[in-house]
Amino acid sequence: MPTEKDYAESIPIAWCPGCGNFAIIKALRKTLIELDIEPNQVLFVSGIGQAPKLPHYTKGNVFNGLHGRTLPVATGAKIVNHKLVVICIDGDGGAYGEGIGHLLAAMRRNIDITYMVHNNQVYGLTKGQASPTSDMGFVTRTTPQGAIQSLNPLALALASDVSFLARGFAGEIEHLATLLKMGIEHQGFSLIDILQPCVSFNYKNTYQWYRERVYKLEDQTYDLSDKLNAFKKAQEWGDRIPIGVIYKEERQVYEKQLPALKKMILARQKIDPLLFETLLDEFI
Amino acid sequence: MVLGLNILIGGEAGQGIQSLGIILARTMTHGGLHVFADQDYESRVRGGHNFFRVRLSDKKLSTFSKELDVLVALNRETVTIHDNELRDGGFIINDAEQTKVQANEKKYFNVPMGRIAEVSVKNKLMSNTVAVGAIIGLCGFDFSLLENVLRKEFARHGEKIVKDNITAAQAGFIYAQDHSEYNLGHKIHTVSGSATRILINGNEALALGAMVGGCKFIAGYPMTPATSILEYMATKGQDYDVVAVHTEDEIAAVNMAVGASYTGIRAMVATSGGGFCLMEEGLSLAGITETPLVLVLAQRPGPATGLPTRTEQGDLWFALHAGHGEFPRAILAPATVDEAFHMIIKAFNIAEKYQTPVIILTDHYLATSYATVDRFNLSEVVIDRGDLVDGKKLSNGKDYRRHIVTDSGISPRAFPGQNNVLVVTDSDEHDESGHMIEDAETRNLQNLKRLRKLTGMKAVMNSPKIHKVSGAELTLIGWGSTFGAISEAAALLQEDGIAANVLHLAEIWPFPEEAVTSALDNGTKKIIIEGNASAQMAQLIRRETGIIIDNYILKFDGRSFSPKDIVDRIKKEVL
Repeated sequence: MPTEKDYAESIPIAWCPGCGNFAIIKALRKTLIELDIEPNQVLFVSGIGQAPKLPHYTKGNVFNGLHGRTLPVATGAKIVNHKLVVICIDGDGGAYGEGIGHLLAAMRRNIDITYMVHNNQVYGLTKGQASPTSDMGFVTRTTPQGAIQSLNPLALALASDVSFLARGFAGEIEHLATLLKMGIEHQGFSLIDILQPCVSFNYKNTYQWYRERVYKLEDQTYDLSDKLNAFKKAQEWGDRIPIGVIYKEERQVYEKQLPALKKMILARQKIDPLLFETLLDEFI
Repeated sequence: MVLGLNILIGGEAGQGIQSLGIILARTMTHGGLHVFADQDYESRVRGGHNFFRVRLSDKKLSTFSKELDVLVALNRETVTIHDNELRDGGFIINDAEQTKVQANEKKYFNVPMGRIAEVSVKNKLMSNTVAVGAIIGLCGFDFSLLENVLRKEFARHGEKIVKDNITAAQAGFIYAQDHSEYNLGHKIHTVSGSATRILINGNEALALGAMVGGCKFIAGYPMTPATSILEYMATKGQDYDVVAVHTEDEIAAVNMAVGASYTGIRAMVATSGGGFCLMEEGLSLAGITETPLVLVLAQRPGPATGLPTRTEQGDLWFALHAGHGEFPRAILAPATVDEAFHMIIKAFNIAEKYQTPVIILTDHYLATSYATVDRFNLSEVVIDRGDLVDGKKLSNGKDYRRHIVTDSGISPRAFPGQNNVLVVTDSDEHDESGHMIEDAETRNLQNLKRLRKLTGMKAVMNSPKIHKVSGAELTLIGWGSTFGAISEAAALLQEDGIAANVLHLAEIWPFPEEAVTSALDNGTKKIIIEGNASAQMAQLIRRETGIIIDNYILKFDGRSFSPKDIVDRIKKEVL
């Protein structure tokens, strides 16, 4: 059984003091320990931004790739070794901006990956520009007239037939850990949108702002398999913001459809040129 | 006597030109002949003008010829466009009902293909099968040769289609035998004892070569002329534990292949110029994360969408400079279909040994042209996966450093999921353990380590092909798919008393400057022959060796060079 120490940071942490990322990494460490997953069984894939630095601040296999291209890398890796627990980490810029096309495809594919999106509604690494989820009218140096209509990641995910959808809040570590646990255990693609205040650049959506608004879906009667109701919940933003599991369904998992993975993981399969004599015959 | 015959089947898209062309080519292969077949089609599914050209000989062929012995016209345009390509004594197999060309000259062999198909199998669509039957009849071959090929090719469509095709072909065969004045038996006959040859095109050779070479993963988005590589590996790969993913775009494709390769298998992508543009950042990612990657860049004329179904060698500079930052890469441009097979296996070996991208640079012409080649000897295939760490021997994951600095620049690879090992890498500059850094010293160590790999790579590159003749006054220089046309042009010049050496580059980068310098340092007039408008290889040669090329024979109209094109232009523009 791994301990806190096994998931301690590998290099000094460069996040701003008070950043929501500290709470999120705490919830992630707790989840992995509780699920009894060793660091060498995990592959963290991330892109570029403040959140995607997270894998360096814990332990595991790490592919810290390009901005917005996290899911394709993770998909390739999961196909080659489907025994790995693959956890992807991005911010709202990488996930919902640069990489949105890959997110739609990954949800349709339903590959067994858990995607944590640290959604602080602002660009942190590049210092304070509007993100796809910035509230409409949010004024920044790239959007002096105010941000355009914000993207609704939950509704978009439901429309793309995501098989596991949850929203957490960096101010609720225990609750977030439960969502992460369910996401990792879910067979198929899990999107976990995590509301995270940015103490440096988001002057609007602060801890205080969120605390006044978030409520837990599990505190009321809520059917996880009711997609229409989930769509309704996905529209709630403003005075009341739901957190918890929004939707869950069992659906065919991508890698289970691949005949090449039936025998053993692809990474272990031997190379044998002589197998292809039969294919050569077709060219006679 | 050298046997030779050149046949062009022309018609509209949708008339089955390609499938019948392949049947003709395969029948000739079974007849023991060497075949080179190329095709020309438009970016449309129905209509327009398409052709499939089959050149036959008892000697090895590596390019096409424009001078036709037989023109099979399934539509009028075929006659009007290709009539002037007929040699003396050549003739047109003409179905007047379809082409509306009513002619009684000797060069028109009127075969009512549509009517014969209608009468024999009640299906006018099989007039192209009638045509192939007629050609085999004119050649005086045994009908069973064609029958066997038809059986094999149409088997998946069911017994009725097989039988109808055989019946239609037989009707054409008999019709032709009744018209002995068009007999082709004096030009061609079957040759025995060559059962080991196969007929294969450039893309098939690459796809098959990749799988033979241990590639277990391809990701791609369809783009002419690379699409059939993904299709072949997706359909055939199912039975050989190969995974093919049709991705949402080319950016996903390259990143997916990088993720797959990082996790421990041989992975590739195949695309054309536009797709390669989208892959550039991923290429750079493979460079800094030291992830092996094989990328097939099948060129077509650009910029942008350009001429989608045509050929060009316009992306040499692009392949050389694609991706931001500085990282080692290899560029291999196969000269022939045969070489394409062997070169992609080598590409995987280089990619894994030096943990860096390798670009296979082909073009529409090579991708879609068929040639007979000796059956590939799979027992001779060498797989070198490079320096791999045995994960079980590492007691603690912390000991493993993915990017450890070495003299060769090669850091032993381990894969995620191996016992105890943690494999950490980053698109940010990183330290030996793979974690992101900012300091100047580590940056320099890692950057230099990566670039040092070029020294080792250079040593495994094959020298250019050099053909020297005594008293040469010219050296013809080319690269990639033009090898066949340039070599044959040199032979044609020789027949006219003009001696020309040939220098041909297939393994282009790291650049073989010594071999090129010594091949060109002989006082001959240096002529570059390239399928682009900027003489990209000529400029590269100058950059790497200081040698200035004397004359440029360039072509960028989307069509491939024929040997005669080259000879005519050298005579006109150089001599």
